[in-house]
Amino acid sequence: MANFYTDNPDLKHYLTHPMMEKIVALKERDFAEADTYDYAPRDYADAIDNYDRVLEIVGEICGDIVAENAEDVDHNGPKVENSRVIYAEGTQKNLEATRKAGLMGMAMPRRLGGLNFPITPYIMAADIVSRADAGFENLWGLQDCAETIYEFADDDQKKRYIPRVCAGETMSMDLTEPDAGSDLQSVMLKASQKEDGSWVLNGVKRFITNGDADIHLVLARSEEGSHDGRGLSMFIYDKRNGGVNVRRIENKMGIKGSPTCELTYKDAPAELVGSRRLGLIKYVMALMNGARLGIAAQSVGLSEIAYREALAYAKDRKQFGKAIIEFPAVSEIISVMKAKLDASRALLYACARFVDMYKIYDDIAKERPLTPEEKKEQKYYSKLADAFTPMAKGMTSEFANQNAYDCIQIHGGSGFMKDYACERVYRDARITSIYEGTTQLQVVAAIRHVTTGTYLNKIREMEAEQVCPEDEAIKNTLVYMTQQYANAVECVMGVKDSNYQDFMARRLVEMAGHIIMGYLLLEDTQRNASFRKSLHVYVKYGQAEVAKHADFIGNFRPEEIENYLIKD
Amino acid sequence: MSLNIIVLAKQVPDTRNVGKDAMKADGTVNRAALPAIFNPEDLNALEQALKLKDMYPGTKVTILTMGPARAAEIIREGLYRGADGGVVLSDRAFAGSDTLATSYALSAAVKKIGDYDLIIGGRQAIDGDTAQVGPQIAEKLGLPQVTYAEDIIKAENGKVTVKRRIESGVETVEAPYPLVVTVNGSADECRPRNAKAVMKYKRAAVPSEVAADEDKKAFVEARPYLQIGEWNTQTVEADLAQCGLAGSPTKVKQIENVVFTAKEARNIENTDEALENLIVELIANHTIG
Repeated sequence: MANFYTDNPDLKHYLTHPMMEKIVALKERDFAEADTYDYAPRDYADAIDNYDRVLEIVGEICGDIVAENAEDVDHNGPKVENSRVIYAEGTQKNLEATRKAGLMGMAMPRRLGGLNFPITPYIMAADIVSRADAGFENLWGLQDCAETIYEFADDDQKKRYIPRVCAGETMSMDLTEPDAGSDLQSVMLKASQKEDGSWVLNGVKRFITNGDADIHLVLARSEEGSHDGRGLSMFIYDKRNGGVNVRRIENKMGIKGSPTCELTYKDAPAELVGSRRLGLIKYVMALMNGARLGIAAQSVGLSEIAYREALAYAKDRKQFGKAIIEFPAVSEIISVMKAKLDASRALLYACARFVDMYKIYDDIAKERPLTPEEKKEQKYYSKLADAFTPMAKGMTSEFANQNAYDCIQIHGGSGFMKDYACERVYRDARITSIYEGTTQLQVVAAIRHVTTGTYLNKIREMEAEQVCPEDEAIKNTLVYMTQQYANAVECVMGVKDSNYQDFMARRLVEMAGHIIMGYLLLEDTQRNASFRKSLHVYVKYGQAEVAKHADFIGNFRPEEIENYLIKD
Repeated sequence: MSLNIIVLAKQVPDTRNVGKDAMKADGTVNRAALPAIFNPEDLNALEQALKLKDMYPGTKVTILTMGPARAAEIIREGLYRGADGGVVLSDRAFAGSDTLATSYALSAAVKKIGDYDLIIGGRQAIDGDTAQVGPQIAEKLGLPQVTYAEDIIKAENGKVTVKRRIESGVETVEAPYPLVVTVNGSADECRPRNAKAVMKYKRAAVPSEVAADEDKKAFVEARPYLQIGEWNTQTVEADLAQCGLAGSPTKVKQIENVVFTAKEARNIENTDEALENLIVELIANHTIG
């Protein structure tokens, strides 16, 4: 009888963020569908009430079903029989519950069978699902792929595939190959066009999450003789047509309920999505950005469960005649876990709101020309989404790992045993900083927003906001940290050596991240005083981290980089 | 083929999380202190009805509940999960009903609904734990009944096949319909609320819930799917002498607060020796004798 939505009031706090009013009004085109669909909202309050009620269903299913099945799914996992994946029994039950509750295709438009939710409440559902079982989030969260069909496929394809996703069919994105991991330009899976114009796929994909899905998005080489990203196109493969088999599934460290497949394509019929040659450079980039936000949500959900497990254990476990939470060494760890969790969530939803804004404008632009004012906003939010997505994915996934580590630490020897949920959380969290682009690759995507000033401009905007007198002092700390950051950026950019700049990139992105998360928590505190404690703990932590990086950069002579290069 | 199914459901105080103030000084349940919930086994019953609806498209599921106007929440919960409509049977004259008067009132409402193939209810409600209302309704309507149902397997050629949970295992029985089925808690859990249905039906109401608000009233009146029936003794042509306290031969003499002291169950082997030992033990600790 647990509800993972209602037991966490922070979620409602973000659901009712002031920016949501604009997001909802745009998403709902000023509530134009209220009389066309009996489940469409009539105004802002009605829409928020809808999201609230649906998230309550998500919370109930997650608390009562998904979380209950998590341990069993982790132990038993999926298996392959006759080239087909059979999910663990608990996974099947989870999928059935989410299907019956109509929680697939949440962000898709109503005319295609979806709920027409903005990204923010959808990401909130992903956050809740991940707390219950991060592995299940992968299967459920792959409904994201429908977004790519919606954005880039033709009307006929949208009408044929999206309603199936909304009805509960699962998806996969088939990108990785044995020799094409981080470097997707090397994808070799061959797409050949037959005389009648139709396409078939041949080759092998590896590490494909939910690789036996009903509907696949496949990245394949359509241009014979090409060798780079410009020879790749995006295809839809429908399992009903046959031609793709599961050769094996990986034996993974964590997220064991989510089958990671090696696939063989043998003359598998497929449909081209959008234009040839834009597969990687346009569509996969969009797909990955959506997926990265999903991993950030997964990371926040994992941080949440890690914090809760640690807190519950520390209150329960008695040593030296008292609960261990009463020892400062323990309560410090838990306070920092909470601060990292809250900071992660603040960043996640800030990012989700930016994504909402520009995506909704993109969608409106298909219906009518945007006004100059709207175009300006679209550009503004598109840039912020581009800047915040890799930062959110990078920072939240690292924090999820740190929190999972600390959760085990709180459990002591018991945490090392297989008896507590924390060991599963620890294993599940590990992948978040790896897949959909490692943290190192998130830095590569984020660094241009350090150099072009996207982060600093946003920080200055937040700095200009009024805060209550009680928070002036902490704001001053953030202003000081910003100065350290600006100095560090200047120092690094002053050295015209790309090796050196790459070497320092992670430090600069992290500095910006700590300051931004600090400001976001400051903003949250203005609306809700319950965030003040985390604000203080986080800024104290971030201040030390920023100082550490500033110190490292300030004391580093560019030629010292030689010591870090391994040549033999 | 499609069926008309009436699901009997009750809004009950959540006695699973009972605190200190759960009982009043006079020994009756303090309903104000406990959250009102959908009686758990009635949810099992609803799932059976919805499963039949999945199997036989066109099937109509109507929820019938007796209680105050706020019991409309039970109907809404049913609509959120896939029911087609519902009726709240509400009248001061029903106050103080025991199982006999309750089954009389509900059977009168069932007759008023008229067209039904199956009447499905939970085995019992968690506030009274009598398990009498379902069987009494069957008697009053002159219908066959299957109790302790765990799975209504099919309804074909005028017959329903039901798996029922009995003490020593399960048995599968067949019965002609119309028929009353009471469902055991061991049956499948009810499906979750559906997102679209929740958004669609959240404003569904009985007339008295929206009477004071002209906007809400007009909104509901313009949309038949949001209208939940609200019936009283007159609507169902009930004989007042058989309703409420007047129709309830049960008289509560005394209520005692019993606290279980035994911590765990024990299995006693079915041998003379083991039983002998148990008797000796019970005499020794003054449980008997």
